[in-house]
Amino acid sequence: MESFSLILAIVVITALAFDFTNGFHDTANAMATTISTGALKPKVAVAMSAALNLVGAFLSVEVANTISKGLVDEAGIRPEVIFAALVGAILWNLLTWLVGLPSSSSHALMGGLIGATVASAGFGAVHGGVLVTKVMIPAVAAPVVAGVAALAATRLSYTIGAKSDGKAAEKGHRAGQIASAGLVSLAHGTNDAQKTMGIITLALIAGGAIAPGSNPPTWVILSAGLAIALGTYIGGWRIIRTMGTGLTDLQPQQGFAAQTSSAAAILASSHLGFSLSTTHVVSGSVMGAGLGRKGGVVRWSTAGRMAIAWVLTLPAAALVGAGAEAVTGLGDWGTALVAVFLVASSAAIWKISRRQVVDHTNVTAAPAASEEPAGVVTQAIAAVAPPPSAPAPVLEFPAQATQPPAHALNVPAQAVGSPAPALAAPIGAAPAAALLAEDLAATIPAPASAPRTDPASSATPASAAVPPSAAV
Amino acid sequence: MKIDWAALGSVFGVSLVVTVGLVALFTLGIAGLSRRERAVAAGDGGGALAVTGAYVCFAACAAAVGYGIYLIMGKG
Repeated sequence: MESFSLILAIVVITALAFDFTNGFHDTANAMATTISTGALKPKVAVAMSAALNLVGAFLSVEVANTISKGLVDEAGIRPEVIFAALVGAILWNLLTWLVGLPSSSSHALMGGLIGATVASAGFGAVHGGVLVTKVMIPAVAAPVVAGVAALAATRLSYTIGAKSDGKAAEKGHRAGQIASAGLVSLAHGTNDAQKTMGIITLALIAGGAIAPGSNPPTWVILSAGLAIALGTYIGGWRIIRTMGTGLTDLQPQQGFAAQTSSAAAILASSHLGFSLSTTHVVSGSVMGAGLGRKGGVVRWSTAGRMAIAWVLTLPAAALVGAGAEAVTGLGDWGTALVAVFLVASSAAIWKISRRQVVDHTNVTAAPAASEEPAGVVTQAIAAVAPPPSAPAPVLEFPAQATQPPAHALNVPAQAVGSPAPALAAPIGAAPAAALLAEDLAATIPAPASAPRTDPASSATPASAAVPPSAAV
Repeated sequence: MKIDWAALGSVFGVSLVVTVGLVALFTLGIAGLSRRERAVAAGDGGGALAVTGAYVCFAACAAAVGYGIYLIMGKG
């Protein structure tokens, strides 16, 4: 092992932390559809994805040095710059996880790197043209490419498979989804674990610990692979929920079409040299699959919030990266300050996330309609990207009702089991259900703490997130 | 600034063709298995042709997955 300065050790640890958030953020890409269609149990799915990410990390070292190549002048890179970049990327990953939005980890990393480089060496050190061709065009192209493919494939799948609805079809779609999700996981491991390896290697070179042009040392490969696998296994359940059930309602055929289109687009793009972000590809293919089924719907409000997060990713990470770099420039105590800030904000974000836990037990249960309570940070995000709806008050009642009339019981029972159809009903499909809901509101005195329930006000926010035909 | 439209176009084309092709093959395979299921349930033979066709489809899909793994490893 090489001789280490303290700053180098900090950079390596921070890079591994970023790798962890990367795995944790991107579990959704490979596994969200597999989980939401029930092809795999949530825990099994993340375990499989983690294992394949680890395997993927060992498959190749080619991508490892490309993250900074071309985007910024390597001359401006000091370990402190890399550290500042990672701080920006980690914080953005955690923030978007908190609000349950999938966003590209690579963009966050590039944003952090750009911001830190600008703060350190000025705007001249960033290549604007590369920024447009490598970041912006792919971000727009990815969802379109994968979405169109998934849409066409879904259409075809429903046409050809119109008569296939027995046990064999069910088993077949399960196997197909698992295979394509596995392929996405493997590709993710090779791409994203290697980005971290590249960063660590770059830092080691910049810090003079290893010779320029070296391959990543084995311990770097191993630790990066383990960090991403661990992150994947812990699972960013909030993002899985958004991706798997928030954007659209997926049936097995759609899940298979979406997953296949993701795998094809990711492999084609990395092989043909037009790199697309996994996150953007998967989001696009999920939406495409949603549109491809007759009567299928895409919740554009959720899609819109995702799009806003994508646009913000790079500048936001860049701002934090630049700020962090400015502070580390003040000297060693500045670096220490940034490190403390990073740990403190991560802890704060985690703490806020505990107010409303999303884990493997409820990852497919609740639709996107239930939002986490607003913390300081959440509010800041919400100001830019307003969540579509508050939790519908009707859902709160079964627990608080003392003795509801027998006929009204049907409504809360449905509402607890599967909120989507119950919420959709009052909007127009079944007037009877609306009457029941009204009845319910009339017969149960509202507790002082609970919001007033009249069907109109509860139906309006719900309609934004859950269109009437959402019942699956 | 130069946008590599050719690369973008080929990524688009390849993704579309591969996805649609694979999903079509796979769904055909599933349709074959379902037909066998129905034939067995109805008690009129095994539907051997449908099953053979189904396995040919699945084999082609497996080959595509294998090629995908080869591509992932090939970058090394």
